[in-house]
Amino acid sequence: MAKKRELKYTEAIKEATDLCLKEYPTSFIIGPGVPDPKGTFGTTLKLVDKYGQDRVLDMPLSENGITGICIGAALTGMRPILVHQRIDFTLLALDEIVNNAAKWHYMFGGISSIPMVVRTIIGRGWGQGSQHSQNLQALYTHIPGLKVIMPSTPYDAKGLFISSVVDNNPIIFIDHRWLYNITGYVPEGTYQVPIGKAKIIRKGSDITIASTSYMTLESIKASKIIEKEGVDPELIDIRTLKPLDSDTIIKSVRKTGRFMVLDSGWKSGGFASEVITKVVENTFTNLKTSPQRICLPDIPTPTTRGLTRYYYPNTKDIVQTVLKMLEWKSNDIKSVISKSMKREKNIPWDIPDLTFTGPF
Amino acid sequence: MDKKTQLSLFQKMYLIRSMEEKIVELYPEQEMRCPVHLCIGQEAVAAGVCENLTKEDYVFSNHRSHAHYLAKGGDPKGLLAELYGKVTGCSRGRGGSMHLIDLSVNFIGATPILGGTIPMAVGAALSSKMQGKGNISVVFFGDAAVEEGIFHESLNYASLRKLPVLFICENNLYSVQTPLSKRQPNRKISSVAIGHSIKSYREDGNNVVKVYDLAKKSINKIRKAHEPIFLEFLTYRWREHCGPYYDYNLGYRSKEEIEKWEKQCPLKKYKRNLLSKNIVTSKEIEQISHNISIEIEEAVDFAKKSSFPPRNELEKFVYSE
Repeated sequence: MAKKRELKYTEAIKEATDLCLKEYPTSFIIGPGVPDPKGTFGTTLKLVDKYGQDRVLDMPLSENGITGICIGAALTGMRPILVHQRIDFTLLALDEIVNNAAKWHYMFGGISSIPMVVRTIIGRGWGQGSQHSQNLQALYTHIPGLKVIMPSTPYDAKGLFISSVVDNNPIIFIDHRWLYNITGYVPEGTYQVPIGKAKIIRKGSDITIASTSYMTLESIKASKIIEKEGVDPELIDIRTLKPLDSDTIIKSVRKTGRFMVLDSGWKSGGFASEVITKVVENTFTNLKTSPQRICLPDIPTPTTRGLTRYYYPNTKDIVQTVLKMLEWKSNDIKSVISKSMKREKNIPWDIPDLTFTGPF
Repeated sequence: MDKKTQLSLFQKMYLIRSMEEKIVELYPEQEMRCPVHLCIGQEAVAAGVCENLTKEDYVFSNHRSHAHYLAKGGDPKGLLAELYGKVTGCSRGRGGSMHLIDLSVNFIGATPILGGTIPMAVGAALSSKMQGKGNISVVFFGDAAVEEGIFHESLNYASLRKLPVLFICENNLYSVQTPLSKRQPNRKISSVAIGHSIKSYREDGNNVVKVYDLAKKSINKIRKAHEPIFLEFLTYRWREHCGPYYDYNLGYRSKEEIEKWEKQCPLKKYKRNLLSKNIVTSKEIEQISHNISIEIEEAVDFAKKSSFPPRNELEKFVYSE
C-alpha cells in the first residue's frame, strides 16, 4: 500500500485555501501580509502568483473597516476569507463581527446571509506576551450567529477550512500557532469535515477528556503516560466550539462517569466552563467525581520565560489531575510523574518543539 | 429636469413625510414598540439622491433610515409592519425601525451602530467591481458617524481602490442632544473626505433640486470614472432624536431654531416652486397626495392586521442553511 501523504498544518491550510479559490470563483482572501513574501506564516504563500492581486489581497491596517467591507462583499455575492495574524487584532473588529456579521441573518428575518471566514491565529511562547498570544476563543463562542472552529490536525484543518468557506455563515476559524509544524495525513483534493461535530480520537472507559486545538496534543501526550499505568481514557477533540457537539461529550461522560476539559484560554468565564456546565446539567447523576478543567490562570500572559514556565498548564498537570480524579494516592501519582516526566524535562515550555528557532 | 422627474421627487418626499406623520400620529398608541428615528425635515436628501439611482444600485443606511428605504422604492407595507413587529415586516419583525431591508430594490440594509454600514457600502462596491457589475453603492450616514474610526477606514479603502461608492453625509447638526460644535472642530465635514483624496462637495440639503443636481453629477462621475465621491448635505431634524415628539422643552436647542428650519421645509418649498412655475397644477398635487394617503392607510391596515411571528420563529435564522 502506498504511503499516505503527509502535510504540515500550514500546508494543509494553504492547500485548502488554494482549492477554495480555485473552486469558488466568488471567494477571495484578504489580510495584512497575505500576499507578502512571508505569506501569513506560510499559509498563504505564493497564492497571489496563482490567483492574482484581485483575489489575494493585502489590506490597510483597518481591521474593523475591512471586516465591514468583507461583510458588504458577502452580502452582494462574494465569499470573503479575512485573515488576521493574531487574534489580539480581531478585537479591533469586534464591532463589525459581533454587531453585524453575527446578527445579520437573524435580525433581517433570514433574508440575507454573510458567508465569510475570519481566520485568525492564537499562540503562546517566545515571549509574545500579553498582546500577541491571547487565546480569546471564548469571546466568540458567546455570540449567537457565529460559528467557532479550532482544528488540531492537518487533516481537520483542511477539511474544516473548506467546510467554512462553503458555509453560509460568519465563521471564526482559529489556528493555534503551535500546530503549524505538526504533520499528518492529508488527502489530496477537496473534502469537507463537518462543522459542529466533535471527534472521538481514542475510545476509553475510565474518564472523558475533551480538548480544543493545541490542548488536544497535550491530551494525547498525557494519555500515553496514563495508558501505561492502566488508565483507559476516552479522548475527544472538540473541533467546533460553536455550535458545540455536546451530544458526543455527554454520551461519553454517561459511559465513563468522569470528565475533564482542556482549553488554551483563561479559566473564568472561559470556554471550558461552558463545556463543564453542559456536562453537569446533563450527566449529574452519572458523575463519580467533580469535573475538572485545565486552562490558563486568570492572569495576563507574561513575556519572560522565567514566568511562562509557571503559567502554561502541561502534560504533568493533566496526568496529575486525571490520577487524582481516579482517587490515586499522592505518592503513587508522584512516582508516575517522576518516572514519565524525565524524558520531557529538557523540552522548553516557550517553543513548540526543539527544532524551533525564533523569531516567531 | 423633465416633468416626470419633478413629479417623482415630489412624490418621494411626500410619501416620506406622510409616512413619518402617520407614525407620529400612531406611535402614542404604544403598539409600535421599537425606537423610531424620524426624518421629518430631511426628506430632500433621500429623494434627490435616490431619484438618480437604478434598481441595481445598492443602498445602505443607518438608524434614521425610513426616508432612504422609501426613496429607494422599499415597500411601505413592509416598513410599517416591521415597526409593529409583525411577521409580514420587511425583517419579519426581528429588526424594527432600525433594521430595514428590501432586497427587491437593493436596499441592502440599515443598522444603528454609527458608521457600521459605511464599510459595507465600500465592500459592496468592491464586490461589484470584482463581479464586473456596473452598479454603484450609496451609503447614508449622519454628521456623528464622521467621528467614528470606521468612517475613515472606509474612505481610505474606497479611495485606495477607486471604488464606485457615493458617501452621503446628512449633517443635521445634532447627535442625539449633542451639537456638532461640542463634537467636532470648526471645519466643514466635506473637507475631511478631501484628506482621503476623495472629491467632496457640500450643498443645501433642504433644496431637493440642488440635491438632485449634485447627486446626478456625482453619480455620473462615479459611473464613468470609477471613483468614490463624498457629499455633505446641510439639513435639520425637526423632531426629537428618537420618538415622535418635539423636544425644544429639553433646552438643548431653541424653539426659534426649530421654527427657523421649519420655514426651510423642503417639501413646502418644492411644492411652492412647482406650482409657481406652473410645472404642476394643484389638482395634480391633490391627486398625488390622495394616492399616497390611500397607500399609507393600506399599509397601516396591513400592519395592524398582520400577525406576530409564531412561537416557532424564535429559534429560526440564527444560522443560515
